[in-house]
Amino acid sequence: MKKIDPSRTDLAHEFKAKPYGPHSPDLQKVLSVMRWRETPGKHVLVEIPALSQWVLGRLPASRGEPVELYDQTVFDRHEDGLWHLFKIRWEEHTGQRLESK
Amino acid sequence: MKLNQQKGLLAYADEISRQPGEAIEFKVSSSTPGAFELNIVQIQCGDDGPGGPGLKQTPVNASANGSYPARFQKTQVGSFIRIPSSEAFSPSALTLQALIYPTAPELGEQVIASHWCPAKKQGYALLIQDLRLTFEVTGSDGISHTLASDRPLVAGRWYLVAVSIDPDEGEVTLHQLIKEKGLELEQQNSIVSSHLGVSLSKLDAQFLIAGCAALDEDNDPLISQIYNGKIDSVQLHDAALDLPSIEASVLSPQQRTLVAAWDFSQKIEGDEVIDVSGNNHHGRTHNLPTRAVKGWRHDGTEMNWTHRPEHYGAIHFHDDDLYDSQWQTDVFWEVPEDLSSGVYAAHLQQDSEEFYVPFYVRPPRGKPTARLCLLVPTASYYAYVNNHMNVDWGSLIEQSSTCFATLTMADLYLQNQALFGLSMYDDHSDGSGVCYASRLRPMLRMGPHEELWQYNADSHITDWLAEKGFSFDVVTDDDLHAEGVSLIEGYDCVMTCTHPEYYSLPMMNALLSYQHQGGRFIYMGGNGFYWRVAYSPKFPGAIEMRRAEDGMRSWIAEPGEYHMSFSGELSGLWSRSGITPHELSGVGFSAQGFNFSRPYRRTAASLDPRCAWMFDGIAEDEAIGDFGLVFGGAAGSEIDSADVRKGTPSHALVVATADDFGADFHWVVEDYHHAHSAVNGEICPHVRCDMVFYETPNGGAVFSTGSIAFAGSLSHNHYTNNVSRLLENVVNRFLDSEPIE
Ligand SMILES: [Fe+2]
Repeated sequence: MKKIDPSRTDLAHEFKAKPYGPHSPDLQKVLSVMRWRETPGKHVLVEIPALSQWVLGRLPASRGEPVELYDQTVFDRHEDGLWHLFKIRWEEHTGQRLESK
Repeated sequence: MKLNQQKGLLAYADEISRQPGEAIEFKVSSSTPGAFELNIVQIQCGDDGPGGPGLKQTPVNASANGSYPARFQKTQVGSFIRIPSSEAFSPSALTLQALIYPTAPELGEQVIASHWCPAKKQGYALLIQDLRLTFEVTGSDGISHTLASDRPLVAGRWYLVAVSIDPDEGEVTLHQLIKEKGLELEQQNSIVSSHLGVSLSKLDAQFLIAGCAALDEDNDPLISQIYNGKIDSVQLHDAALDLPSIEASVLSPQQRTLVAAWDFSQKIEGDEVIDVSGNNHHGRTHNLPTRAVKGWRHDGTEMNWTHRPEHYGAIHFHDDDLYDSQWQTDVFWEVPEDLSSGVYAAHLQQDSEEFYVPFYVRPPRGKPTARLCLLVPTASYYAYVNNHMNVDWGSLIEQSSTCFATLTMADLYLQNQALFGLSMYDDHSDGSGVCYASRLRPMLRMGPHEELWQYNADSHITDWLAEKGFSFDVVTDDDLHAEGVSLIEGYDCVMTCTHPEYYSLPMMNALLSYQHQGGRFIYMGGNGFYWRVAYSPKFPGAIEMRRAEDGMRSWIAEPGEYHMSFSGELSGLWSRSGITPHELSGVGFSAQGFNFSRPYRRTAASLDPRCAWMFDGIAEDEAIGDFGLVFGGAAGSEIDSADVRKGTPSHALVVATADDFGADFHWVVEDYHHAHSAVNGEICPHVRCDMVFYETPNGGAVFSTGSIAFAGSLSHNHYTNNVSRLLENVVNRFLDSEPIE
């Protein structure tokens, strides 16, 4: 499996500053590896238009099962939600937590 | 915050395009008792997102407007065959045999064939249970017997399966024999017998293939335990046949003992199921199981079912097929004679829920009421509608959108409610691709407030036309397919929407004829005229497509199954099917990316007097469309480019080009021969968006934007911007009767 180097926190900072990109080649590689995540248990965002917010969700193993919603983890900006997903994927890959700075 | 992940208020209509004087029926279901409000509205713009023009919908003073009692309507999901009731299906001695190719035996109980009366709780069923072929039978004595094979079934293999009942010996025998060319182990074979002392009593009940009659919690009938996979050569005999006789009867039905022998290789194009026994136990398919699929006889000698239908004697059933929800009508409305052509909807509201049912009012046949015609891509709407991409595409959704998955409420409803059916972008629960799509079911994302894709993105065009004061008629793909060029030949100019991707042969020919006759054609989108689809008079409201050979696609058609059941035509890309998108619009799909759109730059060719008029008011060095609601620019999302070798007319002018798309844009897969890394927008010369103009015979012309994002730039700065100006110049010139030559 393609590895993400946990020492490259500079790339995490780059993502946090510009979640939509354009991204440096090194960050593109990190994101491409992260995006291979398959559906079961994958963390996602769910847009709630009535509240203009995004809530953290987690996908089930198969169709017909509800998406788990974490209603304590809500974001006013889509970008903040993307950063949260980035941190989750980072930890999934590296086993290390990113400090929220 | 407790989010309801189910949609309670749902509806659809029996028709989508109506002319004044014709009726439309709305079918509504609500999970909440009480009443719902229905109001007919005309929709100019549905984009009320950030920076968007806002919701612009006008009430129509319609006799149908009002309050109606809400009721819940049930939906039968899953495909099967129903043979009308007969006592002949319960002879005292019996053999039931079939070739089966299960595709998801792990998905619970699935009935291969049944003759069961749920009220009397009598009858029999041959099914898959715990991965094993199983026979269940209950006689008039009410005693149930079960016999199961001692070997599990493997998915994706052909088996001959049979059950026989010998009443004299009181013996039931179950056969399971692998029927594959390859080195499948005969250890998968199984023959089990048991002295069960079964006595079948005469039962006046229907015979079902791929499902079983049942009663739901309200005692309403439904078909349950839908089978996933292919079934071929189902036969019922009134004798207990031994294995040699069963095998012989597969090849040549044993007429002497036959009660029924269903030959699915007949009438493949429709829903009829033919009994060749001579006893006329014909039936019909329900909910569009996939036909024109390889049967157990397929040996690789023929890839087109129309040439050798006997090799296509199977039907592929799915527990999630849905053609027609078959709801009752709640609201009936006759479109008034004086209602102008346009984009309309029934807007339903109940408590905090709302739902839109889209429909279009076209002008009376042969009587255009404007000089400009907007062609609404309903076939492409059907292809996408109710897609499960955000959840079910797995890693592909994030790799292709280059963003972590972000779901909407619609995704949650689709995840939780099977009643929506699937889209042509989805896989069935057994992993096979979905090749039919229908509008006879509630359609999500087909109204205002939704994402800027298809329906709501197309409302940027109706909004711009209205704001600029252009009067226009509206017609749909369905009309164009049915009526051909006669539908549009009365217009000076025909304009598409942002993503007319799915096209039938009559639709392609209609647009070509229109161009030959001197019509002016504006292609307002990207990735257009891409997939070849078929409509069918036998399945109104449905289309078919096979993702054959190549293309940017969500699934891959099975080898030998590239020809559509509706028509026999080879499906797949139009670029490999005789008429290229370039021949129709001067451009064809070249790349896609879903983050940063780009502006166009004028080319030297734009100075040519043949086209310079369209740049009136636009400086030579201006960036055209470095703004917009779709990823911030006019060229983006899915983009096209010109190529004379692919059919772009050699006199066509590429008047503007957008380039420098970023690393997240990618060249289309069908155009490169070997996999390599140089396919993204930073390095690949094919990742390019061309705006094209050319003259056509008899004073006509074509103008193509080649970009899905284009229409999203029109409203910028209160419709005063160079994208709007350019299009206005083109529309004005195209409506000018002075020949373009
Ligand atoms: Fe598309």
